[in-house]
Amino acid sequence: MHETHTAEHAHPQLGFWRKYVFSTDHKIIGIQYMITAMAMAVVGGTLSMLMRYQLAWPSMLSPTMAKIMPDAFAGGVMKPEYYISLVTMHGTIMVFFLFTAVLTGGFGNFLIPLQVGARDMAFPFLNALSYWVFLLSCIVIFSALFVEGGAPLGGWTAYAPLNAIPAAGPGQGTGMTLWITAIALFSVSGLMGGLNYITTILTLRTKGMSMMRLPLTQWSLLVTSVLGLLAFPVLLAAGILLLFDRVGGTSFFVPAGIIMNQVPLTDHSGGHPLLWQHLFWFFGHPEVYIVILPAMGMASDILSTFCRKPIFSYRMMVYSMVAIAALSFIVWGHHMFVSGMNPFLGSVFTLTTLLIAVPSAIKTFNWIGTVWGARIRFTVPALFAIAFVSLFVSGGISGIFLGTSAADIQLQDTYFVVAHFHLVMAIAPLFAAFGGVYYWFPKIFGRSMNMTLGKIHFWVSFIGVYSVFFPMHILGIGGQMRRIYDPTQYDFLKPQQPLNEFITVAAFILGAAQLIFLFNFYWSIFLGKRMTERNPWHATTLEWTVPSPPGHGNFGDELPTVHRWPFDYSVPGEKEDFIPQTVPATVGAKP
Amino acid sequence: MPVITQEKRTRGISPPPPVLPGGDGGDGGAGDLGGSFPISKGQLGLWILLTAIIMLFAGLSSAYIVLRGLPTWQNIALPSLLWPNTAVLILSSFTFELSKGAVRKNQLQAMKAWLALSGMLGLIFIAGQLAAWRQLVHAGVYLPSTLQSSFFYVLTGLHGLHLLGGIAGLSFVLFKALRNRLTVSNHEPLKLCATYWHVMDALWVYLVLLLLLS
Repeated sequence: MHETHTAEHAHPQLGFWRKYVFSTDHKIIGIQYMITAMAMAVVGGTLSMLMRYQLAWPSMLSPTMAKIMPDAFAGGVMKPEYYISLVTMHGTIMVFFLFTAVLTGGFGNFLIPLQVGARDMAFPFLNALSYWVFLLSCIVIFSALFVEGGAPLGGWTAYAPLNAIPAAGPGQGTGMTLWITAIALFSVSGLMGGLNYITTILTLRTKGMSMMRLPLTQWSLLVTSVLGLLAFPVLLAAGILLLFDRVGGTSFFVPAGIIMNQVPLTDHSGGHPLLWQHLFWFFGHPEVYIVILPAMGMASDILSTFCRKPIFSYRMMVYSMVAIAALSFIVWGHHMFVSGMNPFLGSVFTLTTLLIAVPSAIKTFNWIGTVWGARIRFTVPALFAIAFVSLFVSGGISGIFLGTSAADIQLQDTYFVVAHFHLVMAIAPLFAAFGGVYYWFPKIFGRSMNMTLGKIHFWVSFIGVYSVFFPMHILGIGGQMRRIYDPTQYDFLKPQQPLNEFITVAAFILGAAQLIFLFNFYWSIFLGKRMTERNPWHATTLEWTVPSPPGHGNFGDELPTVHRWPFDYSVPGEKEDFIPQTVPATVGAKP
Repeated sequence: MPVITQEKRTRGISPPPPVLPGGDGGDGGAGDLGGSFPISKGQLGLWILLTAIIMLFAGLSSAYIVLRGLPTWQNIALPSLLWPNTAVLILSSFTFELSKGAVRKNQLQAMKAWLALSGMLGLIFIAGQLAAWRQLVHAGVYLPSTLQSSFFYVLTGLHGLHLLGGIAGLSFVLFKALRNRLTVSNHEPLKLCATYWHVMDALWVYLVLLLLLS
């Protein structure tokens, strides 16, 4: 054991490549995930800007765009197929390659060993492999934008039979095959990551770190990893069958007697297109919780830190996360209310869906309870965490409308759905992730981000997201279809067009605000204010007890011993308003 | 760092580490050094992997059961080689257990022999499955022929790939055994590999039963 520690100190003589590129250190892998996911977000965000441009001014001639992308803008106007491929790629990149990757891959990797008190992940090599497979999957999905026929058209849900038949459209050949390959690689990478996260949290906790002393971020990452472990293999199974339908001539998802582009397909017989939807959404619904749960955990810890109060009802926070995760596996049918599914089954799925509102509401009340009466320190991470709660509520409430099958028949596949899922599972996690970046940046890079730029970024983004997504509810109720290419082609949608133009202008401003963040991030890595103290926010969890950035092996000679839960803020009778988890218990402290 | 990993890997098998001030135990708990989580990280990692594999086949099974209810479903005659292949795979699980039993009795030579035999049986099973596919092809039953034939090729193919993974793991363990790295007190890799192997075996029996369901 003592030799171990000697080796520990003799260790950090690695070259640049071993230290920063082919590293097995969880901190470097976390940073790699974060930066790769940010690059993918730039791609996905740019695609959404093109979509908004098209929706606001659908028939405006743009000679400049025609010069930049002659295929997509033939004659100066965006082609419908190109628009649909933008929809597909934006959704796929954002759901998988940004949110899933940055929350579990980025924050999960960086925070798990540091917060549970371990020197690294349980299987460091597997962890590094997970990143490299993820990077490969990013390259594969990115290349789908540049192959013959372009990117796939099927949406991120890849419904069959459209996506089971390569002849169905221009992007459905090579583009779609690359899509399936990328998602399969991503699933494998996610499995290697999740295996590490679960094992590390369960078996490598330091002395005294009982399960009920874990920060909520850790609980959320644990529950998320279990969800991913159970959900992603089913997506992989569906993807394998879809691939065989496309390249092996099988008919798992292709029904008999189908006519496509006026040509009868004779070589397929007898599959079931709805089967794809069942398999996909069995994965797809847990996937939205894979995204939102880590955001909830991080926002909880950040809120508590800046309210200088314990999180309201820690145990209920944990139990409600577990309840949400369990329920998420029996609600997938609410994505299929109008698919021809038995209406009785629809009512069952309505019931289970509305049940999820209970643990979600418990969490919301607990966040409000945490903020209630607090002297909030309105730092940038605190603002993002509070905004997370706001966005989660705004997006969650429309979920109750959509989860009720009777109301959903009217609202399905309209912009009401677009507004709902963007607010609740895209923008809310994005804000939690931003909060996380501003909060942990000093620990990750040893420097601080510029907080003035951070505040500008926050306010423009916060007003921006509500300006973009709130009016979409109105567009949806007015009947604007979810994947519509040109809203002006219908008379009944024409009166809403000014709203579309407003949303697009707001989206461009929102997009520009993210450039402030990117500049701030990269500038601060190299030139940000150096951190002199280990614990700038006066937080209690273990990562703040080590130098910034933490050295190889995280902790010094000895692993820390944990004596208390992570929420000892403003304990009466104490000199400081926070007590780190490593401080031995005194009389009257919460166990 | 690798040094640390090694130290963790052997925990619970070698004599307990000396008590250090400050603790280096892991596993949380109320303050004891180590031991509050009941299984090693290798075992936990393996079971997580197996859960993922089981979910993969659960997804495929549900697809099988749904499509079996369609009017277009047509059964195929399963290849006759399926039965000897099944027997070979079940036999390999027994030889694997004999290998585990041998190392517990410190009969290291017997352990290596039984382990090698299990690997051979695994390879025979894979070869037998390829021959079974040939039997189907000779009978004119191809991947796209009917829904059941599609499932037959996909399910047995995926199982074969996972078993190849098991054979790779077994080769790694055998390599360790030949270099005398496995001892009576420290043979966790062998135990982990055996667990994986048995689950692949049970999965195979389940798949055969599923394919018989008609």
